[in-house]
Amino acid sequence: MLLRTRYLTQGIAKVLIWIAALSTIAVMILILLQILGEGLPILHLRFFLESPREMGREGGIFPTIIGTVALTAVGILFATPLGVGTAIFLREYTRESQISRIIRFGTDCLAGVPSIIFGLFGFVFFVIYLNMGWSILSGGLTLAAMILPTIISTAEEAIKAIPYSYREVSYSLGGTKWQTVIRAILPNALPGIFTGIILGVGRSIGETAATILTAGSSLVMPTSLFSPIRTMSIHFYILAREGISMDMAYGTGAALILLVLLINTVAHWLLNRYIRHRV
Amino acid sequence: MFKISNLKLILHHVFNPPSPPFTKGGVGGFGHWNLRFGIWKLGFLICLLFIFWVFQLNVGCQRSRAGITVAGSTSVEPFAELLAEEYMSRHPESHIYVQGGGSTAGIEAVRTHAAQIGMSSRSLLPDEKNLYAVTIARDAITIIVHPKNPTNNLSLSQIKQVFSGKIKSWKELGGAAHPIILVNREEGSGTRESFQKFVMGKEEISLESLVQDSNGAIRQVVSNDPNAIGYISLGLVNEKVKALKLSGVEPNVTDIENGTYTLVRPFLFVFSGEPAGEAKSFLEFVLSPPAQNLLSKEGLVSILKPSGK
Amino acid sequence: MEIQEKIIEKTLLFVALSSIMILGLITFFIFEQGLPLIWKIGPRAFILGERWVPSQGSFGILPMIVSSFWVTIGALALGIPLGLACAIFLCEWSPPSVGIVLRPAIQLLAAIPSVIYGFWGLIVLVPLVRNYLGGPGLSILSGSLILGFMILPTIISISEDSLNALPSSYKQGALALGATHWQAIWRVLIPAARSGIVTSIILGMGRAVGETMAMIMILGNAVKMPTSFLDSARTLTTNIGIEMGYASGDHRQALFATGVVLFIIIMLLNSLAIFFSRRRAG
Repeated sequence: MLLRTRYLTQGIAKVLIWIAALSTIAVMILILLQILGEGLPILHLRFFLESPREMGREGGIFPTIIGTVALTAVGILFATPLGVGTAIFLREYTRESQISRIIRFGTDCLAGVPSIIFGLFGFVFFVIYLNMGWSILSGGLTLAAMILPTIISTAEEAIKAIPYSYREVSYSLGGTKWQTVIRAILPNALPGIFTGIILGVGRSIGETAATILTAGSSLVMPTSLFSPIRTMSIHFYILAREGISMDMAYGTGAALILLVLLINTVAHWLLNRYIRHRV
Repeated sequence: MFKISNLKLILHHVFNPPSPPFTKGGVGGFGHWNLRFGIWKLGFLICLLFIFWVFQLNVGCQRSRAGITVAGSTSVEPFAELLAEEYMSRHPESHIYVQGGGSTAGIEAVRTHAAQIGMSSRSLLPDEKNLYAVTIARDAITIIVHPKNPTNNLSLSQIKQVFSGKIKSWKELGGAAHPIILVNREEGSGTRESFQKFVMGKEEISLESLVQDSNGAIRQVVSNDPNAIGYISLGLVNEKVKALKLSGVEPNVTDIENGTYTLVRPFLFVFSGEPAGEAKSFLEFVLSPPAQNLLSKEGLVSILKPSGK
Repeated sequence: MEIQEKIIEKTLLFVALSSIMILGLITFFIFEQGLPLIWKIGPRAFILGERWVPSQGSFGILPMIVSSFWVTIGALALGIPLGLACAIFLCEWSPPSVGIVLRPAIQLLAAIPSVIYGFWGLIVLVPLVRNYLGGPGLSILSGSLILGFMILPTIISISEDSLNALPSSYKQGALALGATHWQAIWRVLIPAARSGIVTSIILGMGRAVGETMAMIMILGNAVKMPTSFLDSARTLTTNIGIEMGYASGDHRQALFATGVVLFIIIMLLNSLAIFFSRRRAG
């Protein structure tokens, strides 16, 4: 091939790739601008602290914030022990064997299940079969199942990153396996595990399909774990589709984006600080 | 001297364990947490117990919270929410949870006692007649188009032909040569069933229609698309859409009340038996003048005025 | 002490099996609800049936399968070139200043909830499509475009990882033989990172097939077989999402049955992805 043709190809490729990269950034900025632009003016303290009135036309989004927090809290509460326990087992108590392959396969598959399937499952299992009804508990447990794979993989990375010498020192001092885990490994893996939790939180906040089928969509302040509740993302979805109040929709959307931005920034900062640089 | 300094050395090492040489970037400062074994075991056990306790709640756990659940038609839902809001402001200790799900699902919820009150936007079917139903308002189904659409008036048979797909272009209705975009409700909706019953009869709504899962969503789509046509509850019509006249009759409260506008359906509260307790109290509020005024303001037809049928 | 250790080990084993158990529970319940209906009307009638009219007892999901297929293809048509391009860019060409903006932008793209994407698509894309290309705007095209952006982070991050993991000798060897930078990338690096890139594409596909909320908002949910990219359509996921709240009896079981088909498709895609990623690591 002529030298000039080759460089021409490279030139074209370079231009196209630059366009691709820039347009990705551009779309990102467009989306943010649109929602934050219309939504930020709506955000003030009253918006966050008041309850919605007039079918959501007025007032704030307080119950939805409570709903989001409650659902996420329940989800984390159940997913963390399970996830950390799995990670500990995979890294400390077993070598690469049939069992660990099965567990990893299960985790990978669970990570790929679409949220609507989780919603169907949560609906038929928690809401109907276990008779919990549309409630914070049903929604939270379903969310726990969804974020479990995230916590497992992050916890595993965190534990993997701890140098073997820690374990050596512990064993040489006469520690049992479990003592090693809780005194030498876990304390040092905590930042990484915490990162996994935060990533899980980020995921739960944006989750809509599964929560709408399991937690209901009631706008009333919840009185117990068995009350139905509407999360911020469900509220945004309903407002946006029904056109009840574009202002409220944009406001809720802006709040959602800011929340997610915050959580992900924290998570990635933690990730880079405590896990990446050790590997 | 020697012994004491030895002891001091040992104590020093016990309380300041040597950190391994690899702590270049720090280990997050959590290195000297001394979590007691007991706490972990206890915590783990508590989690397990909690999980088991939650599962055994299945036995006889029927929504252990105060208040009543009102579930069913999404057409009635926004109005029920408004009424519930008003009711709860007058009775601060009560809780009313309003939920959607559709007329059919609401009726079933009442049957299985999952909800105390069911909302329906269609009359009861023969096999549902054993339930106790009260009309709380009447609502008209209006055909809506984009405000810029030149069409103002359609006859029932024209609407039927449009929605069944026989008339495909606005040109056939005196407009521009654009394809008609139908917007429909999803299967199971009381509004759709009413529309089917009153307008379509035996004919099927065209499968090409867009489907949205609430009145508000249909209104959104129609308000944005100059070629769209759909049907929503009268109470939800606003300045973003235009309601068509039905053979010259305008869908307003007067014409509904004197019976000239015929696409009218009842909003029902359904109970499994005689209403009692909080449910009865809420029902009585809903049927009272202040509540009915609220509904009239929102565009429904109050049941306190004569129905003219 | 020994006994305590044994107990702990067995407890942890039990805990570790939780992910498998949950997966099993999900499979069991979805199938338990959905299979009876599939047997009742026959797998062939269900999967190949072209009419979905629950009020008449017609439960054919072929239009949904076809729509899911086209929406995914459309999303990949946007996502693969754009994603690969960004991955190459990040790996090879990016000046640090742009990289600092691009990386967080991609992380952000991944973090934004799907309902926000759907909303933006509804407000911005749908009117554009409707005004300039015709049709209702709520169409497969709009859905594909949005979905393409949603799967970008998946494709970019995994492809970038696999490109970075290649030994630098590959590129240096190619350059030493006189290739231009682009030739080195296109003819050596990308083929070498093939299995990682394929993994990313399959995972992106899985994500695309499973997306619900944004699609409900943008696709229009018409129940017929799509004939053009400007047609409104309904995917397997939106079929469940839009009718689940209202369904009862056979209709509800039919939605679970749709879930069964969706689940099988996703599991197949997942297994493919796992297979390819193991090959990459191995």
